[in-house]
Amino acid sequence: MAKTAPKAMTFEEPLFELRKKIDELKEYTATADVDLSSEIKSLEERLAKLESDIYENMKPWDRVQVARHPNRPTTLDYISILFEDFIELHGDRSYGDDEAIVGGIASFHGQPVTVIGHQRGKDTKENIRRNFGMPHPEGYRKALRLMKQAEKFNRPIVCLIDTKGAYPGKAAEERGQSEAIARNLVEMAGLEVPVISIVIGEGGSGGALALGVGNHILMLENSTFSVISPEGAASILWKDSALAQTAAEAMKITAPDLLKMKIIERVIPEVRGGAHHDCNKQAAYIGDAIKQSFDELGGLSGQELIDQRYAKFKSIGIFSE
Amino acid sequence: MIRDIFKRNKDKKEATIPSKASKDMPEGLMTKCPECKHISLTKDLQADHKVCSKCDYHFKLTAHERIASLMDEGSFTSMDDHLKSENPLGFPGYTEKIQQDSKKTGLNEAVLTGTGKLSGREVVVAVMDSHFRMGSMGSVVGEKITRAIEAATEKKLPFIIFTASGGARMQEGVLSLMQMAKTSVALKRHSNEGLLFVSVLTHPTTGGVSASFASVGDINIAEPKALIGFAGRRVIEQTVREKLPEDFQTSEFLLAHGQLDAVVHRAKMRETLTSIVRLHTKEAVQHG
Repeated sequence: MAKTAPKAMTFEEPLFELRKKIDELKEYTATADVDLSSEIKSLEERLAKLESDIYENMKPWDRVQVARHPNRPTTLDYISILFEDFIELHGDRSYGDDEAIVGGIASFHGQPVTVIGHQRGKDTKENIRRNFGMPHPEGYRKALRLMKQAEKFNRPIVCLIDTKGAYPGKAAEERGQSEAIARNLVEMAGLEVPVISIVIGEGGSGGALALGVGNHILMLENSTFSVISPEGAASILWKDSALAQTAAEAMKITAPDLLKMKIIERVIPEVRGGAHHDCNKQAAYIGDAIKQSFDELGGLSGQELIDQRYAKFKSIGIFSE
Repeated sequence: MIRDIFKRNKDKKEATIPSKASKDMPEGLMTKCPECKHISLTKDLQADHKVCSKCDYHFKLTAHERIASLMDEGSFTSMDDHLKSENPLGFPGYTEKIQQDSKKTGLNEAVLTGTGKLSGREVVVAVMDSHFRMGSMGSVVGEKITRAIEAATEKKLPFIIFTASGGARMQEGVLSLMQMAKTSVALKRHSNEGLLFVSVLTHPTTGGVSASFASVGDINIAEPKALIGFAGRRVIEQTVREKLPEDFQTSEFLLAHGQLDAVVHRAKMRETLTSIVRLHTKEAVQHG
């Protein structure tokens, strides 16, 4: 799946059709003795216009599809480009190693950092190993262990969020999924080092938030952060999961929505059409954003970082007095 | 679901109870236990903290009933009753639903917060009420709980919460989710002051509430047979495709799996909390 060309998402279909037509014409001119260059040129102009029409007016549901794209870069893809000397550290020291969350130490422009993220698989085999990026409690406990370790050595923390949610399973409940998530929320609140949480794909509910109590929350332009998946929301609110598209609009889950609600600090621009079109370029955008956040937070003391996080989350909510 | 239909029919056939409204809101002279069908005098049931005398079934309490059963009489002062929910995502009918539940429960939102005395000692309490939008947490619930924790931190008081919630409130979207983080930052500050936080999990405590403040008390206790869990039973059954044990996600199940400090009968709740609070006071520490 990872090796094939990007699959067309519904909103992109007109583009793919037009591109196919252009390719066909080109092939035809190469073999037959006719000059269609002017036709090709006009079609290419149309394609360029259509591209900007489509990609610059993406609807929430379009973004959901991009966020879920099978070729969308994952945490480990970005880590390998963004950081140097990454050493993965495993295990929660209590139960096991959850491969739905990866973490470790690395260097970012010469600065030691701890980086942690949800990890989806690239194919079915890897997805089974990584449980489709849906962590068990031991995953969250590993994340917390690495965060505490970062604090001890005064390293900033970068969290990459990319999960449909914490795994809803029997073993997860038995081992305290609720407590694992809740503990991360409370302990992240007290970290004396800068924490930057970046949503790179889907940010699904508490399972995403458990890596999300950062000084800054940033979101990739086509990522989502939500209390429930659009399908879940549709089935609860209207008893019909087919209304997911409507729910995606209604639930306000896109990066621009969260920026408007003042939940996130910044939207990280995406490569046109989605991060999967150019992972290296996308990583560079993310690197710039991390650097900017580090610069902004770099001067704050441990207590100031805690206070900043307090003020940030305290201010979230809409109500009247 | 099918079982529910039969249950309802059965109830109708045995309709000897005057003006019976819902199973959990005893009205009228007699009340039937939904668990063992034992019928008791409503006033006896009230005197027993709404616990069935035959099978120990714990009926749901309203927030006001909980305060009455717990705090010293007349000592409770509520706070932040003036906060009002907005309709941030513009969901049709949401504002009306809030108003209806507000009328029904006499609360401004799904949690009642305030200060009062527990056997003579001042504490800050928050009581969630599942009769209000299933006790779900939106902006106001998150804000009220956060302010209650802040008040406890400022006055250096223990904080006790009674949770009863289906989780985050869908109609306020990601703002609801963020209330989990908001309450958590406040709890961390409270904890850093060396102050006591007791979480009492009551039926039901699930989803985002279970996955935030409810699970991180210095001491976590639960009422018997409460439903407590992160994900819904049906969702789990669909994902794991196996039958879950009968007691899955009950207080007793959580206790057996190391997730709770104790399961406490409602009749012992006041006494237990009193002891816990007393053991965390300066006098108790000094006099060992």
